[in-house]
Amino acid sequence: MKTLWAFILKEIYHILRDRRTLFILFGMPAAQVLIFGFAVTNEFKGASFAIYDQSNDPVSIALGRHMSGSGHFKQTVVAHRTEDIHQAFQSGKIKMALVIPPDFGDRYRSGNRPEVQVIADGSDPNTATTLVNYATMMIAQFKAQRVNAPLHIEVATRMVYNPELKSVFMFVPGVITLVLMLISALMTSLTLAKEKETGTMELLLVSPLHPMMIIVGKVLPYVLLSLINAVLIIAMGVYIFEVPIKGSLIALLGLNTLFIITALSLGILISTRTQTQQAAMMISLLSLMMPSMLLSGFVFPIESMPWLLQMVSKVIPATYFIISLKAIMLKGVELVVVWREVFVLALLTLVFLMASWKNFKLRLE
Amino acid sequence: MTTIDVRDVYKNYGKTRALEGISLRVEEGEIFGLIGPDGAGKTTLFRILTTLLTPDKGSATVLDYDVVKDFKAIRKLVGYMPGRFSLYQDLTVLENLQFFAQVFGSTIEENYYLIKDIYQQIEPFKHRRAGQLSGGMKQKLALSCALIHKPRILFLDEPTTGVDAVSRKEFWDMLHRLRKEGITILVSTPYMDEAGKCDRIALIQKGRLLAIDTPEGIVNSFEKPLWAVQTDQMHLVLQALRRHPNVASVFPFGDVLHLTPKSDLTTGELSNYLLNSGFPDVDISLIPATIEDCFMELMAE
Repeated sequence: MKTLWAFILKEIYHILRDRRTLFILFGMPAAQVLIFGFAVTNEFKGASFAIYDQSNDPVSIALGRHMSGSGHFKQTVVAHRTEDIHQAFQSGKIKMALVIPPDFGDRYRSGNRPEVQVIADGSDPNTATTLVNYATMMIAQFKAQRVNAPLHIEVATRMVYNPELKSVFMFVPGVITLVLMLISALMTSLTLAKEKETGTMELLLVSPLHPMMIIVGKVLPYVLLSLINAVLIIAMGVYIFEVPIKGSLIALLGLNTLFIITALSLGILISTRTQTQQAAMMISLLSLMMPSMLLSGFVFPIESMPWLLQMVSKVIPATYFIISLKAIMLKGVELVVVWREVFVLALLTLVFLMASWKNFKLRLE
Repeated sequence: MTTIDVRDVYKNYGKTRALEGISLRVEEGEIFGLIGPDGAGKTTLFRILTTLLTPDKGSATVLDYDVVKDFKAIRKLVGYMPGRFSLYQDLTVLENLQFFAQVFGSTIEENYYLIKDIYQQIEPFKHRRAGQLSGGMKQKLALSCALIHKPRILFLDEPTTGVDAVSRKEFWDMLHRLRKEGITILVSTPYMDEAGKCDRIALIQKGRLLAIDTPEGIVNSFEKPLWAVQTDQMHLVLQALRRHPNVASVFPFGDVLHLTPKSDLTTGELSNYLLNSGFPDVDISLIPATIEDCFMELMAE
């Protein structure tokens, strides 16, 4: 017990005295939350757009006002010819254009399926899709608000759990996942690789230290740090971005702890196979960070991935963590509802721990 | 009593042969020196004895424990100081010492008497980070850390490499005091002049042992006469001497040349030869052999 404490103390000294580590530990999570929360967002405000109103009728003018009045769109160009729209797109003045045909007002009043055209800049497909979706929704809203509007097959779209389509709700669980993966896996693999690189591993091996002691002593401080980080990110989400925590806080922390152990076991596994910090860093980034970010359902929906990548996403721990994290945070379900995800996560952790146990070298070879 | 027993040990790294049939015994309480140039296999042998590597062939025991089977027992009983400075650079002197004491379930106070002489010299800097110490102080700290659990055997892999002359001398004085405490010491060094400070030495070259004996025994085994040739024109004289048919070998040795003649050559004849070759100011004298002369001789065989 005294030996373990000595080990943990040593590790804390290492962490506190290395500015680079400290920065990665606490600077990165905060920066990531803020960047993802504010910058990388699917929401938009005041997207510039053009209206080409060929109808020029009270209803079409009202529609134009409705669009610009929402705050989502800002009319920057009034088009009088089709040419104007092309020019505005090319000069980057607008991101979307609304074209109202000459017969819009007549058709509207006669209930004869009035049409409008929405044109978006396809060179930025993500933004374009989002803008078109918003515009479509707003046009539907316009019709619904007006009395004696034409009978129309309306597509009812309702967003559950995130009615305002607030992207930060999706990002907070994703950022927690990324940061925990980064700190827990990357930092553990680095710290063990460092002992090998500087030769101190030789001294630790030629001592009565049990290998388990070396691992546990290395990992325990990082469990604590990662947990602090998880709380920090959740707090930032709640207080800065008003992300709700609908489920139980204890379940949430328990889930985080499980995922931290998963990530740590992966870090140990990587460090048993690498000799230098640089190699450990490369492998951690390539084999953990990238898949956790791209294939876990954080950035891209798993359902739309090709079959092979879907299979890959099934063995990524982050996939299960994000599903259960979202369920508890945003939907407020009990832990038992996501027992399958939690079970798979625990199982993967066990596999990684066993593998690192088998791979831990008692000698230099 | 034999504390270290190495029997016909072989070790390869891929195609590189590091050790080729090493056998040696180290008796309890002696300072045993492993003398040889870089790449001779010294570190490999140390790592096998400290259970960090396993031999490909042959066997070795430390305190009667097998280095492969009983590695856990050995790890409790030995102190190891690797060739490269391997302490935590970002921990202070005191923190390093404390950590290594606790790793072995001991405390600094318990065995302070062992390291007192060494540690007192670095104690004024005990709150300085290990990475900021000078070479000599690093080495003293490393020795303190290797000693703090009172090991029965000390393995010191090139402890004096990169250390100034004064610190080297102090270091050897320290080793002799430790021997009086009954600690067996296996030490390796590339410096031939340190060989004389060991009780027994083994000369090692390219993974093979050239000789094992006391330093005196090794020097006495040098049977040929040895001449020191002193001159201002080392390089030219060396070339001239190498051309002489009755010179068996000649090496530069510090600021003189060491020469072994064939049987029928006298110093007078050699002086004349050099005079005729255009080197009048040459002084030739008979000297006793050093370990390095023996090493050169054995290597040539």
